[in-house]
Amino acid sequence: MPINFLSPDYEVLRNDDRCITCRICERQCANGVHEYIEERGKLISDDAKCVNCQRCVSLCPTRALKIVKSGNTYKENENWNQKAINELYRQATSGGVLLSSMGNPEPYPIYFDKILLNASQVTNPSIDPLREPMETKVFLGPKPQTVERDEQGHIKPNLPPHLTLSLPVMFSAMSYGSISYHAHESLARAAEALGILYNTGEGGLHEDFYKYGKNTIVQVASGRFGVHKRYLESGAAIEIKMGQGAKPGIGGHLPGAKIVGDISRTRMIPEGSDAISPAPHHDIYSIEDLRQLVYSLKEATNYQKPVIVKIAAVHNVTAIASGVARSGADIIAIDGFRGGTGAAPTRIRDHVGIPIELALAGVDKRLRDEGIRDRVSLVAAGSIRSSADIVKAIALGADAVYIGTAALLALGCHLCRSCHSGKCNWGIATQIPELTKRLNPDIGYQRLVNLLTAWEHEIKEMMGSMGINSIESLRGNRLMLRGVGLNEKELEILGIKHAGE
Amino acid sequence: MKEGQVRIPAGCAISGIFNKSGKRFSGEDILRSITVMHDRSNGLGGGFAGYGIYPEYKDYYAFHIFYDNALMKKECEEFLERHFDIINLSKIPTRKTKEITDEPLIWRYFVTPLPTKLSASQLDEREFVSKCVFRINARINGAYVFSSGKNMGVFKAVGFPEAVGRFYRLEEYEGHCFTAHGRYPTNTPGWWGGAHPFALLDYSVVHNGEISSYDANRRSIEMYGYRCTLQTDTEVITYIIDYLHRQKGLTFKEISAVIAAPFWQTIERMPPEKRALHEYLRNVFSAQLITGPFSILVGWNGGLMALNDRLKLRSMVVGEKGDTVYMASEESAIRIIEPALDKVWMPKGGEPVIVELSGVEVNSHAH
Repeated sequence: MPINFLSPDYEVLRNDDRCITCRICERQCANGVHEYIEERGKLISDDAKCVNCQRCVSLCPTRALKIVKSGNTYKENENWNQKAINELYRQATSGGVLLSSMGNPEPYPIYFDKILLNASQVTNPSIDPLREPMETKVFLGPKPQTVERDEQGHIKPNLPPHLTLSLPVMFSAMSYGSISYHAHESLARAAEALGILYNTGEGGLHEDFYKYGKNTIVQVASGRFGVHKRYLESGAAIEIKMGQGAKPGIGGHLPGAKIVGDISRTRMIPEGSDAISPAPHHDIYSIEDLRQLVYSLKEATNYQKPVIVKIAAVHNVTAIASGVARSGADIIAIDGFRGGTGAAPTRIRDHVGIPIELALAGVDKRLRDEGIRDRVSLVAAGSIRSSADIVKAIALGADAVYIGTAALLALGCHLCRSCHSGKCNWGIATQIPELTKRLNPDIGYQRLVNLLTAWEHEIKEMMGSMGINSIESLRGNRLMLRGVGLNEKELEILGIKHAGE
Repeated sequence: MKEGQVRIPAGCAISGIFNKSGKRFSGEDILRSITVMHDRSNGLGGGFAGYGIYPEYKDYYAFHIFYDNALMKKECEEFLERHFDIINLSKIPTRKTKEITDEPLIWRYFVTPLPTKLSASQLDEREFVSKCVFRINARINGAYVFSSGKNMGVFKAVGFPEAVGRFYRLEEYEGHCFTAHGRYPTNTPGWWGGAHPFALLDYSVVHNGEISSYDANRRSIEMYGYRCTLQTDTEVITYIIDYLHRQKGLTFKEISAVIAAPFWQTIERMPPEKRALHEYLRNVFSAQLITGPFSILVGWNGGLMALNDRLKLRSMVVGEKGDTVYMASEESAIRIIEPALDKVWMPKGGEPVIVELSGVEVNSHAH
């Protein structure tokens, strides 16, 4: 084997006093880290293969395993740090583009963590969510510009198509193919149980999941995989994916190895062929082209479905969103630069795009300045990690949020960021049958329901403490927010005051 | 005003009297009513609105304006002359009292839009007038229009409401409806313009509470061209009411279902048609929902509405005697002027009490 210059990032530590050589770790690791040495009666591990997915650690019955950051260090250098050197070695060996998965892990500011929430004291009462109604229901879609009445003076129901959510949260687009059948089933069933929606992503909709249609957003992306009339008609809304926070400006690539069986049929492409989504939609080179696709989809579905346009948060996002709002979109989803992905070029993921907090605040303000905020709803995505992030996003101006990574974590993902390898030991981002069966959708859906039930309680507690008993009164209510440790420009863009003001 | 000189607990006093037959009565009653609730104010603001008080000028917009100095007055009058026909102007009569000090120049104008300006603006008359009011308040620093309706007027100042009433010689006015406000601000420096009622055109609002939806309401209403310069709840509530009533044509009952919307659990139990209406209103006007404690009296030419927040986090009592309806923060404020009421009750949260004139024309623009 040629020298690749690399040293492993992690060490697998096995406590031999605890190990009972049950060999579960060996069977559980699709990366082949663990190996049983017959003659020594011992398990050994190859650190170089470990992605730190924690599968073996979680399943070891005697807690004999732990994975730690390797203590091996290169000569210390603030500029040429170990990561930079390793990436360079890897490219010098392969000649290829570095690939990564899941969201940007680099130490950029996390604005949600520099924003604090308000609470009522004395002059107005906080409201106890255990004793009083606390409303989290939201509608997504445009508002009619005029109130019309019939001859008797009754208000006519002139509402354009819209979505109703029991909680301002949806599962964001993750395609069947990039994640497993069981993962999709878990999301669909959880969405139905919770009264929210999940999103097919760009891989089409498996035949078995049409029954969850009223809780489904069907996506149309640049590859148009799996898009046909029945597909469009099956969901509650249609999403045009113009961009993704993890990889703005580029398309997607699902390797042929994942295009097997049902995935090939659902995507309507031959087995084993790579599914490559072009960087742009080749029928959308301008804003006026987008309008044509929006209305084509509306025509195709008889103006019965709201159309979502999903864009990545990039520098010019406010102007882009304004253009999209004027192009027939009913809902705009903005995906921040920390959003997840099943695979993206590392340099794109880590260096392109802007934080969702700033993009959301900017877009909400721009749409209000232009008087068109009630023509569209805004969905914020790109690393919503907790109920507090949701409350802050809504107070900044979002109507609802998308969660992707958080949902996968609920299913067992440990953020090893190796989805692109296709060997997800948790059975989520893989199509290998022995691995996919590890995710039990009965348990998976319940864990998603649990997560959002817990978040719902927390959202209600935070609302109640602010004296707000309907989430609609939190939307865009930026006086409920204060910044800590932010400079004047950041506060200005977020449209919030500093703590103490 | 330094922090610590005022007790912090919030509270305000509001009171209203409305005669359904349009019979006019003196401002003395409302003055006595609000005086009883002295302890609900802290001397940082008081005010009154009277309806039907200018019958001789009922077809003209009555502008009440505060000026910081004569220079601002000159600038504002030039603006008025460019846009309106000024039928009459005068100082608003006041009485010197030692409780009320630092008064600005207080002037009253009866105006009607210049036909050429109005037609060039392509706006309806009331929209034109409201735009001019916003223009003066935003652009002419030191001039502030605090009343702009027909056949109605607002009188307000920094001080306890009973002193404010005496200062403005309220007992000399007669109208079919009066509302009053005693202010207990915790976070506002006393400024005359910041006292209540707050009014736009003939809509006036007195409010007791501190709403938690403020910034959501403010940012949504500003999208429709309103400018919240005072940053008070009452200001934004007035604009919401103007928007929903004048711009969107909702009835006051529908408005109450928007700003103090029934809970979803209540809506779900309604008969289908009613349920559909409430779902529609809550969906379309979700940004105008007001949360947190409030009790308000909304006056307009022809009516008066009392409304509490959806949880009734502030007090509000309504009483009736003959064709007169009384609404106040406390029953004592009603009993002091009418001890023998036919009926007295406390409306539920979100349940509006709307009273209207029966067939009496108040001005040329009847609602």
